[in-house]
Amino acid sequence: MTLPAEKAAAAEPAAGKLAAEHVTVVFGHGRRAATVLDDVSLAVPEGTTVGLVGESGSGKSTLAKAMVGLVRPRSGRILLDGAQVSGLRGARLTAARRRVQLVSQDPNSSLDPRMRIGRALAEAIDPRRADPRAHAEQIAAGLEMVALEPDAARRYPHEFSGGQRQRIAIARALVARPEVIVADEITSALDCSVQAEVLNLLARLRAELRLTMLFISHDLAVVRHVSDSVAVMHRGVIVERGDIYAAPAHPYTRRLLASAPSLPPKETR
Amino acid sequence: MIRSSRGLAAGLAGLGLIAVLAVAAPLVWGGDAAHLSGAAREGASGAHWLGTDALGRDVLARTLVATRLTLVMTLSATAIAGTIGILLGTAVWVAGPRVREAGLRLIDVMVSYPAVILALAVAAILGAGTAAAVVAIGVAWSPAFARLTANLAASVAGRDFVAAARLLGVPPHRVLVRHLLPNIAEPLLVLLSVAFAGTLTALSGLSFIGLGVQAPSYDWGALLNTGLDALYTNPAEALGPAVAITLTGVLASFVGDGLAAGADPHRIGISGRLKKAPVPVAAPAADDGEALLTVAGLRVSAGGVDLVDGVSFTVRPGEIVGVVGESGSGKSLTAMAVARLLPDTVTADAGALRLDDLDLLAGAAPDRLATEIGVVYQDPAASFNPALRLGGQLTEVLRRHRGLDRRAARTKAAEALAAVRITRPEARLRRHPHELSGGMRQRAMIASALLTGPRLLIADEPTTALDVTVQAEILDLLREANRRDGTAMLFISHDIGVIASLCHRVLVMYAGRIVEELPVGDLVAGRSRHPYTRALLDATPRVDAEGDGELTTIPGRPPAPADRAAGCAFASRCALAMPKCTEEPPAAISLGADHRAACHALDQKVEENAS
Repeated sequence: MTLPAEKAAAAEPAAGKLAAEHVTVVFGHGRRAATVLDDVSLAVPEGTTVGLVGESGSGKSTLAKAMVGLVRPRSGRILLDGAQVSGLRGARLTAARRRVQLVSQDPNSSLDPRMRIGRALAEAIDPRRADPRAHAEQIAAGLEMVALEPDAARRYPHEFSGGQRQRIAIARALVARPEVIVADEITSALDCSVQAEVLNLLARLRAELRLTMLFISHDLAVVRHVSDSVAVMHRGVIVERGDIYAAPAHPYTRRLLASAPSLPPKETR
Repeated sequence: MIRSSRGLAAGLAGLGLIAVLAVAAPLVWGGDAAHLSGAAREGASGAHWLGTDALGRDVLARTLVATRLTLVMTLSATAIAGTIGILLGTAVWVAGPRVREAGLRLIDVMVSYPAVILALAVAAILGAGTAAAVVAIGVAWSPAFARLTANLAASVAGRDFVAAARLLGVPPHRVLVRHLLPNIAEPLLVLLSVAFAGTLTALSGLSFIGLGVQAPSYDWGALLNTGLDALYTNPAEALGPAVAITLTGVLASFVGDGLAAGADPHRIGISGRLKKAPVPVAAPAADDGEALLTVAGLRVSAGGVDLVDGVSFTVRPGEIVGVVGESGSGKSLTAMAVARLLPDTVTADAGALRLDDLDLLAGAAPDRLATEIGVVYQDPAASFNPALRLGGQLTEVLRRHRGLDRRAARTKAAEALAAVRITRPEARLRRHPHELSGGMRQRAMIASALLTGPRLLIADEPTTALDVTVQAEILDLLREANRRDGTAMLFISHDIGVIASLCHRVLVMYAGRIVEELPVGDLVAGRSRHPYTRALLDATPRVDAEGDGELTTIPGRPPAPADRAAGCAFASRCALAMPKCTEEPPAAISLGADHRAACHALDQKVEENAS
């Protein structure tokens, strides 16, 4: 069954800074093959944040990996500035990859436990040498962007809280000077007050750097807070996009919105 | 990090001494070892402690001098095994998926052949001799390194920081040297020490059967060979090299075991039980005789540091009480103390801990504890035993504590599954937990917890691992059980939205204390008063509010349990903090029916209003 909204959602033209065009991803072979993404098109216009909501197993993380080039689509294309980046190899792949950076969910896994923060950021600036002394100023500036002291560069990941580590991961993505950031569930492992800190940081960076971002989360409230537009993913298909909060058209979107535990608006106090 | 241990220290010290011996022995006893005394095949004596060999040379001196050659050979073979193995393992990892698959299979086949067989084959090709033996043993041990390296690299390569490095454009060989090898160094070090002991015995074995070191050179294996000829006339001649081989091997094993133990951090349990508090604590204010659960002055500590610091509250029959707080606030420890399920690493005491007429501090009464309190945990995957079918796990408590027979227990369990809307309950009882989806497992967990008709259900973050639509279903089930059976609940969550939609009354915890207690109506209507509760609400993004507004953050972090101030733990982050706040802990003041908050700033306002 294809609903009108679904048809409209699937037909969105791929235009924008970073775009997926009719992307299909299949894991496994033969009878055990599973279609994780089915003809997905999604565009992130320059200077905007597109939110992507969906439940675990809906394919949203796979779309993130396909967008940054970690997963190869079986068919369809990934476009950066209108030029195809999926299927590139060697030096051209490396060059294209640096322009899109991924920040992932788990603050325990996103930083190398044996590497000082300074070196991790130096690696983002100069992936070959990774010499923190040569880029001390840039590293300090990167840490300052996420509200951390320059002396954080001398410490190891385990000396930081989860929220701080997530901010460092964002700083590492930023110092590589990417044109697009793909953020995959970056606040779901964090406590509420720490999540607020990361969300405020993203809001500030969006305003200051005109960041182009694909923001993926299962949390409707968080996605609404950071995104200019929102797409809903269900079982490997984008079922709805646009103003999903005011006028949800697809039954799945309605169910998702009805399930979200909500607090009353703040004005009541 | 590798932690030191006595075995490791002894092993390292012993091997150090042997290394010193290897350097010094040929210089000191080199003459004695080569000196032909003319007294051939003599037994142990004052002049020759281990006797003499067939040419009248001192066996002890020869054993000591042989240390150098043996050690050099063993180290070389270990180095060859490590180098070839690690290179092979990383090459397999760096290669494309097809080569990797074939490479891993090949390594598996090589590992399945005993190292000595492989060594004999290599030695047969290269011929007898010192260098040949070293190469043979080195090659024979390399598959073990290759397999460990490939497997470890695969597990580290799956972590996010490796993906991040690839996206940043770090060349593969640098990813290997910079990220992979440092993170797999510990297990490789352990294997190196094991391989050292292994190559030592294997090399000695080759020399012993004459394929290794050839005369006039000699190592411990060769000495063992000549010693064996005189085993009946002078057993000491074989004993010297045998003891040397054994001792060195055991010392290397000590080092390996020490490294392995250090790399595997296991906790040392401090057996902790719930005790009566030494000082009497006043019962909580809400204790008006109708409470089902009464907790007074609950204190949970680890290593002399209080994690939960004097918590008092009640749960009335049929009431759902929510406990909300961020990680480290002590909310789970509080719940687990009530369920008497605290880990062994903490100790707890309380002034009172009562479920109706059952004194939970008195211990004993496992039957009543098992049937009157139900517990639901966060992770539905970890709360069932994966090896057993659901039926056995669900009926266990009924058969053991309620004395039901097998058939009656199964019928009751199937009913319970049906009550949580699991389809085909009879068939599900024959399934293993992994055959159910996460949401269904959590429903089965709730069915299991409700099976005995408990009076109190303790749920510790039961929906945190679930999707939002599944979460809504689970919350519905809990509401239904509450309405139908009047089951009281203590519901723990970090999500204030979930708490607000389910509970009747809310306890807000911060740094091991309850800072505010209020009816959910007051929370939803925005009548919370404690600065922390208000900050928590302001930091939560709303699904029904347009975005872009700055969320209120709380400056600073919660204090570590050991650094909590004498006064209010929230004072350092609080906008309303006064000098008094850092000096004395605030007492809970009443702000209405069932509404209390512990805050000096509120206390002052109440006083001002009164005057």
